[in-house]
Amino acid sequence: MSTAIATAADLAPVHEHELGFLRRYIFSIDHKVIAKQYMTLSALMALIGGGSSYLIRWQLAWPETSIPGWGPVGPDNYNALITMHGTIMVFFVAMPLLLGGFGNYLIPLMVGADDMAFPRLNALSFWTLFTASAVLIASFFVPNGPAASGWTGYVPLSDKALYTGVTWGQNLWIIALALEFASFLMGGVNFLVTGLNLRTRGMTLMRLPLLVWLELTAAVVFLLSVGPLVAGAIMLLLDRTMGTGFYQPDRGGDPLLWEHLFWFFGHPEVYVVALPGFGIMLEVIPVFARKPIFGYRMVVYSTIGAGLLSFIVWAHHMFVSGMDPRLASPFSVTTIMISVPFAIILFAMIATLWGGSIWLASPMLFALGGVATFLIGGVTGIFLGSAAVDIVMHGTYFVVAHFHYTLFPVVFFGGFAGVYFWFPKMFGRMMNEVLAQLHFWVTFISFNLVFIPLFLVGLGGSPRRIYELSSYETLKHLQPLHIIATLAAIVLLIGQLPFIINLVYSLLRGPRSERNPWHANTLEWTVDSPPRHPNFVVPPRVYRDAYEYSVPDAVHDFIPQDLAPEEAFGIRGVAD
Amino acid sequence: MFQFDTVERSLSRFVTGAMARRAVCQSNPGCLSGTAGASSAKSLTGIRDVVGGLLPENVSSFGGEIDSVFRLILYVVGFFFVVAEILLIYFAAHYRRSRAKRALYSRGEKAREAAWVLVPAAVILMLDLGIDAAGHRAWALVKQNPPRSEVEVLVTAKQFNWNFTYVDKNGKQGSGNDLTLENELHVPVGKVVRMILTSEDVIHSFWVPNFRLKQDVVPGRKIVAWFKVTKPGTYEIACSELCGFGHYSMRGEVIVHPEAEYARWRAEASVGAPASR
Amino acid sequence: MGAGVQPILEADEFDDAIRRIPPGKIGVWWFLASEIMVFGGLISAFVLFSFASQGAFAAAATHVQWRLGAINTLVLVTSSLTMILALGYARAHNLARTRWCLLMTVALGLTFLLIKTVEYTSEIREGFVPGTSLFWSFYFGMTGLHGLHLIGGIVVNIFLLVAALRKPAWDFLERRIEFAGLYWHFVDVVWIFLFPLLYLT
Repeated sequence: MSTAIATAADLAPVHEHELGFLRRYIFSIDHKVIAKQYMTLSALMALIGGGSSYLIRWQLAWPETSIPGWGPVGPDNYNALITMHGTIMVFFVAMPLLLGGFGNYLIPLMVGADDMAFPRLNALSFWTLFTASAVLIASFFVPNGPAASGWTGYVPLSDKALYTGVTWGQNLWIIALALEFASFLMGGVNFLVTGLNLRTRGMTLMRLPLLVWLELTAAVVFLLSVGPLVAGAIMLLLDRTMGTGFYQPDRGGDPLLWEHLFWFFGHPEVYVVALPGFGIMLEVIPVFARKPIFGYRMVVYSTIGAGLLSFIVWAHHMFVSGMDPRLASPFSVTTIMISVPFAIILFAMIATLWGGSIWLASPMLFALGGVATFLIGGVTGIFLGSAAVDIVMHGTYFVVAHFHYTLFPVVFFGGFAGVYFWFPKMFGRMMNEVLAQLHFWVTFISFNLVFIPLFLVGLGGSPRRIYELSSYETLKHLQPLHIIATLAAIVLLIGQLPFIINLVYSLLRGPRSERNPWHANTLEWTVDSPPRHPNFVVPPRVYRDAYEYSVPDAVHDFIPQDLAPEEAFGIRGVAD
Repeated sequence: MFQFDTVERSLSRFVTGAMARRAVCQSNPGCLSGTAGASSAKSLTGIRDVVGGLLPENVSSFGGEIDSVFRLILYVVGFFFVVAEILLIYFAAHYRRSRAKRALYSRGEKAREAAWVLVPAAVILMLDLGIDAAGHRAWALVKQNPPRSEVEVLVTAKQFNWNFTYVDKNGKQGSGNDLTLENELHVPVGKVVRMILTSEDVIHSFWVPNFRLKQDVVPGRKIVAWFKVTKPGTYEIACSELCGFGHYSMRGEVIVHPEAEYARWRAEASVGAPASR
Repeated sequence: MGAGVQPILEADEFDDAIRRIPPGKIGVWWFLASEIMVFGGLISAFVLFSFASQGAFAAAATHVQWRLGAINTLVLVTSSLTMILALGYARAHNLARTRWCLLMTVALGLTFLLIKTVEYTSEIREGFVPGTSLFWSFYFGMTGLHGLHLIGGIVVNIFLLVAALRKPAWDFLERRIEFAGLYWHFVDVVWIFLFPLLYLT
């Protein structure tokens, strides 16, 4: 039985012991080390992303005061802040955490492989992202500061230095993104080949854990959507450095070309971020409800459907852009249809709770909190997807609140659910549950208090990306909402301290974890915590999918994927 | 416009009443009040007004169509949202683990079980398509078939101002008789106003919340937008596309005059030097 | 499906078709898929602008040297042929001919770049630079990006050539040549799209 392996040390390949510090921890090609590197990078970038949100929120609540710990922020700095906040959060926090971190760590383990298909490419992909991060951070320090055209980088604002005053900062932004794209292209190829080709015996596609399905779908969507933006970014860089005029109307160019190229990628990109977040929730919920996921096939087909649909909705970001108005209706239809697969996935998660035996441990709290808050993000998307209503909502705070209610749940609630869930596996220790519960409640409550007011600010008519409201008589009365949001944001940021304390403490002194503390079914729980090298001494053999919980007549209320049927039902009397 | 039953009408009266509390100054051009009956100095009053009404008062002829699509979506998604959250919270609480009960082994793959998810999803799809149909009507009204206009204005956006040029009486531009104002657009009430929008530099967006009017302004393009205001007053224009460091203060005013007053204003303005105030 | 267990599959039953393809090959195909989207984006933008240009693009294109372009097309197509031959000889374990075909491929690639350099130089001397007009922006942008990809392919082939100069493990070399060949053909196909668009309008 694979859970009763003798020590793997005698069978481990020789090189594991002979590697020096550099090869083992820095330039490692082991997917588990690389995953932790991605997560560390994500956490460091989150400090900058979160720090920028503090500055943004303070400026909005108490305009033109000096921000404690920083100083005053002027309008051009403000535009740089919101630009870098968005860019960092999407590309350097969300993707490294959910794809580079959880994807890298779990895909090989969950499919029963010893590593990714291309371990050295994996290492290269991380170091490419590291370089990209360095380039982006460098852009804070160049003359005229970092990019200030929004994470969407619309032209001509970003096309000519004279419109923002930013020179090198915008160029470095383009280069950093190009490197980031290259990094995740490499990673995506690795994920797809590993997930499709390195599955162990018995691991058919329909027995794959849902997280793997969602990561693979995200990888495909990314691979096929990023190309046009790479083309667009090349054109932008050429405009800025070589005097071309792709986006300049007086040279025959067209600003809307950028919008199409950006959003053709930009919309699938948000699903690239959302799908793995859902994947984590879909893994956590069955374990803590002791029930199979409701409608595994439905969820798989919905995932694929959402991935496909994501390619034909992009112009809902451009309803009022000046593009041909006749395009609005088809894109409204496709956009509103994409709510259906997501509704199915969310309903499936809720239906999994029905009749369960639920333990509201911290991973489960975060997963359910993610579902509860994503529901708000999802339904508010309907307003934006209808072109007529989008006339009123586009470019206002309503959009800001909507996308924070979709991205934050999947990245942070999903991400924390994943951290609390897989920490024992990754580090062999348990985290403190009291601190974790505190972390959840503070985060959940304060998050809602930040963004519900911002919906109201948007409905009240306030545009987004504005330095302060006070220029507008009809918006001034919305100021108290900004104050509420900022106070809540400060609580939200401080509320991450229990997590940081918990993380550090548990890494150093947390109680040792067993192999399968949560009694879960997927293959990563059949190996040591943390896994030895190689992951699996003997390649596991899989007999079932990952969601056989509370099966009648089984010895236990969970049946690992690799447990032979005789043992699952106690015929031989040997059980885990 | 959609006709709902009395429940909807009374709800709508509540919402509209709240919106009316946020009306901008009426029939007194140049006067900008805060929310009617509220002191904008006290933040507490401000909060009360915002929670009471959601959207700013609508004073445009097509705004009602858009608002009714908004309401339709609000009711549909609101219903599903509330049901989903209630079920989530109820299940999470009710099915807490206990030593006595094991969880139910239900994979949701039999038709009867899967129906619990698929039927609501199908209902959602139908409602979605209904929302699309309603929205399409409103969109076509606003963006696709501009009616014949009685006033025509060229709008040129430039970091960080809105320039309004009234086409000369003979319909020719650049004849030297053009009237160009900066950040002020004067229009008569009850008449269709047609704007031809362009930008001299970057993309801006012409947004008048009270008119439910928004149109991005793109350099190199001339984009048509129209509106007809139903109530005189002064309404603010905001820029709703990031356009540089002055984006937050790219403010203008639409001053809507009663018809006679507009004619008088126009005559006076043309006589004087065609400069901005 | 019965509770707790799904039918146990015999070894060849779950060896699905996907898993029989070597991982490296699938990896290269996925990479090429994303690259197709990059060039696809550029080419689509070019086509749209070309239609909208009302003859300006066609007028500018008269200054492009179609003879050199045609020679380059022949050069690149021939290099794809030598690449295919390299793979064939590698599979037949004929080291000498494999080396020769790889060398020819590299040489032809370098020839392409040389001709391209001649073109660029004369165009720049005549005053056509990327900023001259939208057509030229696309011309330099697309052929430049293509050239960078070609350089990448040449570098890979040089590595393979070096590997083939020693005594290689055939299995290793065959696979690598196949993957490099896929990429090389892709670069060739991109040119086959660019040539008529840029040179023959």
